[in-house]
Amino acid sequence: MSAQPRLAVFKFASCDGCQLSLLSLEDELLQLAARVDVVHFLEATSRIEPGPYDVALVEGSITTADDEQRIQQVRRDSKFLVTLGACATAGGIQALKNWSGSEAFVNAVYARPDYIRTLETSTAIADHVAVDFELRGCPINKYQLLEVLQSLLAGRRPRTPTHCVCVECKRRGTVCVTVAQGIACLGPVTQAGCGALCPAYDRGCYGCYGPSEQPNLVPLTDHLRAGGMKAEAIATALRSFNAYAPAFRQESDRLAAEVAERESTP
Amino acid sequence: MADQAATCEAFAAELPRWIAKGDFQSLIDRLWELGYRVIGPTIIQSAIGYDELRRVDELPRGWTEQQSAGSYRLVQRSDGAWFGFNVGPHSWKRYLFPPQSVVARAERQGDWWQLHDVPDDEPAFAFLGVRACELAAIAIQDRVFLNEHHTDPTYQRRRERALLIAVNCTQAAPTCFCTSMGTGPQCSAGFDLAITETADGFTLEVGSERGAAVIEGLPIRQATADESAVAETERARAEEQISKRLDTTDIRNLLLGNLDHARWDDVARRCLSCTNCTLVCPTCFCHSVTDVTALDDGSIDRVRQWDSCFNAQFSYIHGGVIRADVRARYRQWLTHKLASWIDQFETSGCVGCGRCITWCPVGIDLTEEVAAIREVPS
Ligand code: SF4
Ligand code: SF4
Ligand code: SF4
Ligand code: SF4
Repeated sequence: MSAQPRLAVFKFASCDGCQLSLLSLEDELLQLAARVDVVHFLEATSRIEPGPYDVALVEGSITTADDEQRIQQVRRDSKFLVTLGACATAGGIQALKNWSGSEAFVNAVYARPDYIRTLETSTAIADHVAVDFELRGCPINKYQLLEVLQSLLAGRRPRTPTHCVCVECKRRGTVCVTVAQGIACLGPVTQAGCGALCPAYDRGCYGCYGPSEQPNLVPLTDHLRAGGMKAEAIATALRSFNAYAPAFRQESDRLAAEVAERESTP
Repeated sequence: MADQAATCEAFAAELPRWIAKGDFQSLIDRLWELGYRVIGPTIIQSAIGYDELRRVDELPRGWTEQQSAGSYRLVQRSDGAWFGFNVGPHSWKRYLFPPQSVVARAERQGDWWQLHDVPDDEPAFAFLGVRACELAAIAIQDRVFLNEHHTDPTYQRRRERALLIAVNCTQAAPTCFCTSMGTGPQCSAGFDLAITETADGFTLEVGSERGAAVIEGLPIRQATADESAVAETERARAEEQISKRLDTTDIRNLLLGNLDHARWDDVARRCLSCTNCTLVCPTCFCHSVTDVTALDDGSIDRVRQWDSCFNAQFSYIHGGVIRADVRARYRQWLTHKLASWIDQFETSGCVGCGRCITWCPVGIDLTEEVAAIREVPS
């Protein structure tokens, strides 16, 4: 047996984009392969070895009873369990069904709904097992993934920022799209990691990296409403890739409840 | 810097000179010929920012902006002025104190590490269009980065080689309050050259020997009395337009004596703790330093990045975060900027440029926060 750390990659309900970030590390991949032993990575290699693993990278959310069981086994087999991306960390875009139930979605999407067996909710890995580190993003940033792997190899904490996207905007010299163009942007409450990509192209932040440290949602949504944005629209903006992340969920629920109350008042 | 201020005064006695707009390109060309990298105002995305400049037609000629708390809009002018705007989202700080830089590197040599300096290779900058408040901001950062205790090598090298071409404001934004801070709108010291725009050309003052040498042989003549008078009227307009005020009377004790004022709770409910105010501020200097290891474990880069007192992790020390909520962080920013900065650097940390007001995504205005505390001190 090799003395190198054994790395495994697992997929749950997801689009595979985060795993692909590992492969798109092109330049660094060979160096990485020289330091870890990739023993389970269905997307990249037919080598499939059973546990134990030193590091498990887990992509995707839990949406089936089978997966509920499978993640328990992954946890038992792995020393470090790292979740990759919005699905694994917050339930992903598929967590939208948590508000409306599975049945409607299943009937709308599948030709034979009777073939589908699914849970009522899409939930984060941490709702099922202990997670050692959550890497955010939809998809993750490959350099942050590299930083996490390097830190594990070096035995230190990963240096991934928990502050908001605005910091990255300002460092790269982007002109704030909210202030200069009146575009709604979730950057002030979203964790950095993408390098403030969208504002650099005159788009507001969509919140791909989920809530930042201590996000102050209420003044932001108050300000958007004062600027004319409807509570419904703000709730919709919060309910995307990280809809079920607690801070975003709480604020979108608060806004949705207000809308519902307004509609029910004659 | 002190010597720059002294030479400015020596040159101040001289009569202003004149450069026609049609000849202005020759000044920019001269700067590039001399090896300067010219940085000046230009339209970036939807605002007037600072970037490399080679031709006069890259200046935001005919554009201005409307600024208010949390809002900035580019608008066209009817008069085609070249410098008819105030300060925007960028400041010269990003050139003298870059947002990210590698300050040192360590290389593995068997079982020990060799630490190296990483020399800065930026060519000398020529800043074209530095406003009075920005000259003051640079002078404040000089105290931070070039004081008797600490000298920052990157800042020092860039600062000493930089040529400052100031522009006197001929208008003021509703967010400007340089008159309250005693920094503007007129440029009085700290520049190599200073210009004032009029319809056909610029009056030009020389502030240093370096400035005088740069313009040697360019199509520049003595300004006429009329030209000087027109320039004077233009400058006066800026001062008249300034409407925002910050009462600085005993401000240090006012703020430090009101650390438990209810207004801090109030602002904490409105503030996103998003860092924008600090990162647009031309005097804020906070940064963090991290060691980034190479994948083969053979080298480490020590990386310095802009950081902010609004980031919770910024106040992390062994055991926890010191300023654990938004109230503590906003209070830290305002009391440092306007009060304890005075103890630390013998100057206010604020020059009244108004950037933090305009570029706050929710429009928090520090002058209103101070006024609220002054109104009902606890
Ligand atoms: S564009 Fe968005 S992320 Fe960037 S500074 Fe403005 S609010 Fe923050
Ligand atoms: S604060 Fe004063 S010097 Fe600065 S841009 Fe405004 S008017 Fe000009
Ligand atoms: S505190 Fe605000 S007004 Fe004062 S110098 Fe900084 S950005 Fe300008
Ligand atoms: S005052 Fe405004 S810009 Fe500064 S941290 Fe608070 S919300 Fe952000």
